Amino acid sequence: MPVVTYRDALNQALREEMQRDDRVFLMGEEVAVYQGAYKVSKGLLQEFGEMRVVDTPITELGFAGVGVGAAMAGLRPIIEFMTWNFAVLALDQVLNAASKMLYMSGGQYPMPMVFRGPNGAALQLSAQHSQAFESWLAHMPGVKVVTPGTPYDAKGLLKSAIRDDNPVLFLEGEMLYNTKGEVPEDEYLIPIGKAELKREGDHCSIITNGKMALVAMQVADQLAKEDIRVDVVDLRTVRPMDIEAIKASVQKTNRAVVLEEGWELAGIGAQVVDYIQRDCFDDLDAPVIRVHQADVPMPYAKNLEKLAKPDAAKTIAAVRKVMYLD
Amino acid sequence: MTPDMKTDKKADKKADKAAKSRNSDNGSHNGSGDNMALLRSMLLQRRFEERTAEAYALGKIGGFCHLYIGQEAVSTGTISLLRPDDYIITTYRDHGQALARGMSSRSIMAELFGKIDGCSRGKGGSMHLFDRNLNFLGGHGIVGGHVPVATGVGFAIKYRGGDQVCICFMGESVVNTGAFHEALNMAGLWKLPVVYIIENNRYGMGTALERASAIHDIYERGAAYNMTRAQCDGQDVFAVRKSVGEAIERARKESLPTLLEVRTYRFMGHSMSDAVSGTYRTKAELEEWQKRDPIVLLRVQMQEQGELTEEQLQKLDEELKAEVQDAIDFADKSPEPPPEALFEDVLVDTTSDATAEAAAVSS
Repeated sequence: MPVVTYRDALNQALREEMQRDDRVFLMGEEVAVYQGAYKVSKGLLQEFGEMRVVDTPITELGFAGVGVGAAMAGLRPIIEFMTWNFAVLALDQVLNAASKMLYMSGGQYPMPMVFRGPNGAALQLSAQHSQAFESWLAHMPGVKVVTPGTPYDAKGLLKSAIRDDNPVLFLEGEMLYNTKGEVPEDEYLIPIGKAELKREGDHCSIITNGKMALVAMQVADQLAKEDIRVDVVDLRTVRPMDIEAIKASVQKTNRAVVLEEGWELAGIGAQVVDYIQRDCFDDLDAPVIRVHQADVPMPYAKNLEKLAKPDAAKTIAAVRKVMYLD
Repeated sequence: MTPDMKTDKKADKKADKAAKSRNSDNGSHNGSGDNMALLRSMLLQRRFEERTAEAYALGKIGGFCHLYIGQEAVSTGTISLLRPDDYIITTYRDHGQALARGMSSRSIMAELFGKIDGCSRGKGGSMHLFDRNLNFLGGHGIVGGHVPVATGVGFAIKYRGGDQVCICFMGESVVNTGAFHEALNMAGLWKLPVVYIIENNRYGMGTALERASAIHDIYERGAAYNMTRAQCDGQDVFAVRKSVGEAIERARKESLPTLLEVRTYRFMGHSMSDAVSGTYRTKAELEEWQKRDPIVLLRVQMQEQGELTEEQLQKLDEELKAEVQDAIDFADKSPEPPPEALFEDVLVDTTSDATAEAAAVSS
């Protein structure tokens, strides 16, 4: 099976879906002539032309709204945000237009569109370029929120997102674009809303999403050397969240650590813990612990950034804690 | 459908027919047949909004309710020029435009009353009237939020190579928002077939234009977007038709946008929550503008041209009042949405069918 970067997996998904359905178009800053700020859209302008791969001025609110209008008029837009940090300006269109249009029109205007871009921290990008938005975006009904952590997941989920007739918010990662993984040559789709067990073990569950899935897998592999075997439940989608997958794992292991990129208060992991306490109360042998970013804006200094971010060491410490090992 | 509605099939058909005939006028600027249609459209809006105010006071309509009284020449003047496949998007002051487009009085009143037979199944209310069959894209509550959406519709028209136009109504306060700036810049940059119509009724809620905008001839902002721009008298339905007509031609034939400032006035408050006058505007100013009631202006002109007798006017007014009464009766009888409706239409469970529908892209 070919080994492909996360970036190229996304590129393949975009290309295949644009070939399949000529209502699909890509719009955003630097997506066309520049070949994509992170090269995700490389080659697409050459293949599909400037009406279907559209460079915009720096106008997140404006072009997100252009996507909304195009979707209302029957097209299937993919709106790229250079990073979800910039998309805060566009949240009015995502929340007040895209997520609510179907409902407030009494079912007349479904919004078949994708908003996508990198989410969360990279390396020393500092406070305004490092935020994780899962919990902000997953809070609202009327959208789906997808956070793939591997190239295989990225391609299959992006194709599903593009074909979905609902607004799908697709959260990638600058740190993920260069990662590699096996991606089948034949066409495949991954259903939105289904988690995947990336590692199996019955001592503890690590429930996670996005780029943290890679950290969780590292943790699982490291702990296995000490005969501690953990489940890694990669949610892949945070709205709707695969509650059954969370339950199945926690019912088996009786202990859980939730690993997430964002801040503590009302973070996406807080919701995971709520599902666990609600549906697995009697299965738990220990409280659930969350590993998340420190409650600070992301600092620039390399050492401080490392202190702020969740990582393998912190996750291992959390697993050992819920297992009452230390 | 409740059992009561079934026996009203005849009335339903009559209401539908009335709506369709309102929507059909698309011809020249002259001719008494057309002027009667213009008068009918404007007077229906007036009678509808008057009864809406009553119903609101009686507690049948809740939340925010923004009336269109005084601005009828803008909606009618504009929409009388459109084809069925053109698009309209507007703000929360949408009742007049919805009626002018041909949405039935019944479905609008039922929506205002929050009933299941409302155009948005009771889920939207006054600010969110939608009708996909008439390409009426709402009904939006965030000031300026719908303007980029209009640009997007223009983009879709160009993408498919069509000659439809998109009409974007907005208040004059919208021109100060970031969304307006971004949306018009892209329309001017990409040359999109959108007609942006500023309904300048001089007040953004309680704030006069002069206290909100650094320039007062706000159509001049079009210069920043390399956009043809103009201003016209919004109380004169023929002046509106002339200016909007030119803009529509420009959009249809050349795929170019226009920014049109239409000077008008609302005779009621911003919404049902504020006083008609005496707080941020004077009674004297209101009375001055009421001398240019667009319906009176049209009526007088038609009478002077021998196109309208007192008898015809009376008959028309009675018909329209009866239509609005029928709408109220319909809305009263229509049931509230059932509890299950709470969870309907949050998401759809479908995906695209590329083979069937993609073929429709180029049509």
